[in-house]
Amino acid sequence: MQNPYLPYPVRIEEIITETEDKNLKTFKFVFLNPDDQEKFNYNAGQFAELSVAGKGEIPIGIASSPTEKGFLRFTINKVGLVTSYIHAMKVGDIMGIRGPLGNWYPWEVMKGKNVVIIGGGFAFTTLRSSIIYMLDPDNRPKFKDIHVIYGARTPGMLLYRDELAQWEKRDDINMHITVDGTDDPDWKYNIGFVPTITDQKAPPGNEETYAIICGPPIMIKFTQPVLDKLGYVHDNIIMSLEMRMKCGIGICGRCNIGKEYVCKDGPVFTLTQLNNMPKEY
Amino acid sequence: MSGLGFKVKVYMMKIITINKEDWAKGLERLCDSFRLFGPVKQDEFHNFRQLVKGELPDLNLLNTRLSAKSMVYPQSEKMFEFTLDENRDDHHILKEIHKDYSPKAVIGIRPCDARAFLLVKENFDTPEYKDPYWIKSYEATTWVGYACNTPCSTCFGTTAGCGPFHEQGLDLLLVDAGDYYLLKILTQKGENFLTAAGWSSKADSDAARHEIETLKRAAEEKITARISTDKLKDKKTTELFEAPFWEEVAFACINCGTCTYVCPTCWCFDIQDETIGLSGIRMRNWDSCMYPIFTLHGSGHNPRNTKMQRVRQRFMHKLKYYVDKYGDGIQCVGCGRCIRHCPVNIDIRKVCDLMNNFEA
Ligand SMILES: Cc1cc2nc3c(=O)[nH]c(=O)nc-3n(C[C@H](O)[C@H](O)[C@H](O)COP(=O)(O)OP(=O)(O)OC[C@H]3O[C@@H](n4cnc5c(N)ncnc54)[C@H](O)[C@@H]3O)c2cc1C
Ligand code: SF4
Ligand code: SF4
Ligand code: FES
Repeated sequence: MQNPYLPYPVRIEEIITETEDKNLKTFKFVFLNPDDQEKFNYNAGQFAELSVAGKGEIPIGIASSPTEKGFLRFTINKVGLVTSYIHAMKVGDIMGIRGPLGNWYPWEVMKGKNVVIIGGGFAFTTLRSSIIYMLDPDNRPKFKDIHVIYGARTPGMLLYRDELAQWEKRDDINMHITVDGTDDPDWKYNIGFVPTITDQKAPPGNEETYAIICGPPIMIKFTQPVLDKLGYVHDNIIMSLEMRMKCGIGICGRCNIGKEYVCKDGPVFTLTQLNNMPKEY
Repeated sequence: MSGLGFKVKVYMMKIITINKEDWAKGLERLCDSFRLFGPVKQDEFHNFRQLVKGELPDLNLLNTRLSAKSMVYPQSEKMFEFTLDENRDDHHILKEIHKDYSPKAVIGIRPCDARAFLLVKENFDTPEYKDPYWIKSYEATTWVGYACNTPCSTCFGTTAGCGPFHEQGLDLLLVDAGDYYLLKILTQKGENFLTAAGWSSKADSDAARHEIETLKRAAEEKITARISTDKLKDKKTTELFEAPFWEEVAFACINCGTCTYVCPTCWCFDIQDETIGLSGIRMRNWDSCMYPIFTLHGSGHNPRNTKMQRVRQRFMHKLKYYVDKYGDGIQCVGCGRCIRHCPVNIDIRKVCDLMNNFEA
């Protein structure tokens, strides 16, 4: 019987400080056993439990894309016990990864459709995975127009700035980067909150257009009415939720919303599904 | 009992008579092939623990204080071990721990606790993920049930899909017939247990069956508390969730967590690492949805911040979410422990009625 609680051993290969407040770092991991890498077959939108012997485990969205082979990437915000410990770790250190866990964005359903990605703050991680996945030459023809609305407090708080700049230059993806405010005279993108920019830049909603939203609760709360106004149907609004987790496999009983376990039945739900679930998240 | 859809293997049932002297001798013989567990009185109440050779389970009880769930799912259980010593090749890598899954027998488990394992199995043994600790331990066990001639005063098992002589989840059912025991063999595992005990299997099954039937009917009649669960399935989750009665239900609760610890069908756990020097273990411990930290995010946000939300979670889980998720009835066997031990007399039977009768 395979033990679903046993993490695969991994080594930290690279650490990148992402934001000016140094609170967000991206970690690149490689598997110690090549076989484990074969087994770790994931889709954009899934998460994993990062395990530190002696400290515990935390659920973190997978920021690398399934099209990037040979490693995994996660971007970690420093908040408490385990995240702070990981922030202090060094290249070469050994830890563990368990997964992939949860469901993913509905890539099969979105084939042939327009995709609008709306992200705020550090919840952009699995959205990065999704963008890299869709822009892969094998996958790009499967989707129609792609829009990305991504906001952070300041330019220095945006994740993956080099990649954002590259995507800006492409003509097969429409980037709408925004910040709440900046005194940088060279800032050439948008200024304004994500809901406002969504209102201005998102394409109108219809059966052919899907919106994937990830961000702080406040952003989601104010973006949803905008999408309603633009005519998005609730089946086509996709969200990824967060709950405190331990097992990540629907057994420890902690992360439920109604009868759904966010770790196993989610974290990705359509707004239609959420409308029928208790508002307890 | 309600049609709960568990597959009960058709097995030619056999009943034997054991006089109480032979009972002790058989258990002694069983020690050679089984680890034996049973109720033992410590201080004021009974709980399950391993029996030393020659020790008998104390069957002079209504029921154990804690349920039998620890027989499969201990309150604290080691999952993995590791070393932090960087001079060792395997430092910081979690490794499986050797565990004893040799045959064991739990003697004197009440029918409610035995059936509870079947409800809980839905959670630990799923098509996608198998909890190896729970499953291996459960499968290593032979369940020797002990029929309730005198049910607890708070029992409502007969309307919770169970009953004082209920056989689901048992391999054998022991019935106290006064001067002797009747032992009903329900499965092949039960048959093997019987063989190892060496009790002679001469019996007039028809007379014995009749005797058990009479005792069973008498016991069932003593259970007067009833619940109705028929309408729970058709209620709308969001409407029950928003029902006006939750504040009142939760008003007196002190979030002590007793109800979840004593309950045979509560399964939530936490995972924690512990280290001493350079060696450590990852373990899991029973947890409770009654505690605020259970759902507390690192950011400080807590979706179940108030006690009303937590009490509602407990009852909604048992009486609505579980019903909808598995289609096998409620996540409660009616043992009545949570009612007996709640310091402020919160009563699941009343809450169940409120929910079942609720009209939005
Ligand atoms: C599906 C999912 C994806 C996530 N993706 C990311 C990501 O890409 N980057 C990122 O920085 N954070 C992400 N988080 C949040 C991250 O899991 C928490 O910030 C982290 O668990 C906090 O751990 P801690 O030990 O530092 O905090 P503490 O407050 O010390 O927490 C102790 C323990 O509680 C649990 N816990 C606490 N907060 C959360 C939480 N918000 N969600 C789940 N479990 C929690 C963990 O088991 C943690 O070890 C994600 C959460 C979920 C559920
Ligand atoms: S035993 Fe009673 S008081 Fe304690 S948590 Fe349960 S319902 Fe609340
Ligand atoms: S909820 Fe109460 S009555 Fe039902 S099984 Fe648990 S402890 Fe027994
Ligand atoms: S984290 Fe254990 S059930 Fe979801």
